[in-house]
Amino acid sequence: VGANYQSTTVHLPPALATGNLDIISNAHCREVTLNKDGKASGVVFIDKTTGKETRVNGKAVILAASACESARILLNSRAANGRDALANSSGKVGKYIMDTVGAKLMGQVPALENLPPHNEDGAGGDHLYAPWRLYKEQHAGKLNFARGYHIETGGSRPMPGGSNPAPDDFTQGSYGTKFKEDARRYYGSFVYYAARGEMIPNDDCYMDLDPKVKDKWGVPVSRFHWKWSDHELNQAIHAKKTFAALIEDMGGRVLESKDFTPAGSIQNPGYIIHEVGGAICGEDARTSVCNGFLQTWEVKNLFLCDGAPFPSNADKNPTLTIMAMVWRACDHLVGEAKKGNL
Amino acid sequence: VSDELKPVPLNVKGVRVGPLSRREAMQWVMSAVAASSLPARTLAQEKNPPPATPAEEGRNSAPQEEAAKVPDPNTNRGYGTDPKLLKMYKPGEFWPLTFNASQKKTATALADVILPKDNLGPAASEVGVVAMLDEWISAPYPQQVSDRPVIVEGLAWVDAESKKRFRKTFAELSGEQHRAICDDVCFVPKARAEHTSAAEFFSRFRSLCAAAYYATPPGWEALGYVGNVALERFDGPPQDVLDRLGVTQTVK
Repeated sequence: VGANYQSTTVHLPPALATGNLDIISNAHCREVTLNKDGKASGVVFIDKTTGKETRVNGKAVILAASACESARILLNSRAANGRDALANSSGKVGKYIMDTVGAKLMGQVPALENLPPHNEDGAGGDHLYAPWRLYKEQHAGKLNFARGYHIETGGSRPMPGGSNPAPDDFTQGSYGTKFKEDARRYYGSFVYYAARGEMIPNDDCYMDLDPKVKDKWGVPVSRFHWKWSDHELNQAIHAKKTFAALIEDMGGRVLESKDFTPAGSIQNPGYIIHEVGGAICGEDARTSVCNGFLQTWEVKNLFLCDGAPFPSNADKNPTLTIMAMVWRACDHLVGEAKKGNL
Repeated sequence: VSDELKPVPLNVKGVRVGPLSRREAMQWVMSAVAASSLPARTLAQEKNPPPATPAEEGRNSAPQEEAAKVPDPNTNRGYGTDPKLLKMYKPGEFWPLTFNASQKKTATALADVILPKDNLGPAASEVGVVAMLDEWISAPYPQQVSDRPVIVEGLAWVDAESKKRFRKTFAELSGEQHRAICDDVCFVPKARAEHTSAAEFFSRFRSLCAAAYYATPPGWEALGYVGNVALERFDGPPQDVLDRLGVTQTVK
């Protein structure tokens, strides 16, 4: 009904209505092609239903394949000299990949057992969101990390289904009416905290092309390299300790390992699926891939409209920022095209 | 609707509820698969899920084997196309179902021992739990594929044990006889060594039955879930809940 926000119901129908949009599905883009003037002339894609290689041409090319895939396409495309990766004169394509810093902890609070049934449905996250709050402590040098995290909470009395509401270690193996009573007792007594924090880009977190491995279409695949800095690790430890204290202050029990080491606190890179960077924007063509309008320095009519241009990654989910940046990029693209600058 | 399930209409808050359709059962399987990484699901997962038993080829009738392959990351081969959730499939049409008549009978009896008809709601089999269990263990996704031998072998154990002790199938036993067997296997840490596998099966079976049961409106009522209704206004948590927790509503 179009009541939810998604591209298939909100953005695509009006774009299709203009008659200027063709959607080609099952197209696996391999590379951007250039014309003799060194401008982007289109892309080569593989039709995944037939395996056939196909070219499409355009006055401008916009890559919006998701951060890492757009970087992969650039690395698989050739620059005007026929040798180097496309748009990579800075050497920054694939560099500064970021994810969100993630930490979590789950607990159970006896005070929440057997509460009278009441309606706690609504927006997710228990109607509660805690933005980063320890600026003063950080300013006073009391924290061993820069940047911050927000807290999302879970639990409450959501619509059940698809999961067992009464784990064995709580029911002690009950069955029959006793099990149903136990399920009613424990439902709503579990709490969950998740931290989502800012990662600072660093030289050790990047992707390049695997020299050996290709995908089933013969296109070289991405290879990822990763090393958190102490800022991210200490932030995750701080978050996990904060969550343990919250649960225990409520008289609850932490249900996961109270391992506060770096490895025991931070979630794996890529797990939060907020991967951004890989073709960062900037003010200097020598140190960035594209400008603030997401237009590559090297090829005027090539734009990167996903998370790849992020030069930093705040603790918030990236989608809305991507949309705002792309809006501006598209206005710029249209303006420049009208002026004949592309 | 599975052929052996007798529709028992229930009336929950004015909504007529029968056994779940094949489409609803599939949606449940698919949504549970999709949601398996979310916190709410993690909460309910078993602390010690039973180890996956290697699937035995040809244990049941042959056609399942093709559908039930775990994707191999080295070959780019997946498990095929997911069902279309808006299409009405006949039972077994998209992926073949697993239970034969006697397995279904045993599963029904055991599910109803675990979730009986009582003052908290209907029995498991009245709301389609066994049909959903069959869908679950027949689906081609990794978790489901590893659950299948656990459930199939466990049900075989339940019947063999019933015959050994009482010379009858599990479905034919009295309540007292049901309890005699279930008490021995209902909790892994307290089960005797020779019952470990059976107890692991029981734990998984109970977990899947509960996951299915509490996905139904009668299950919601049994659990005390009262959401998903339109509200003209929201007054915050009720006073008796606030009193129990010793807190005061400060936001108006």
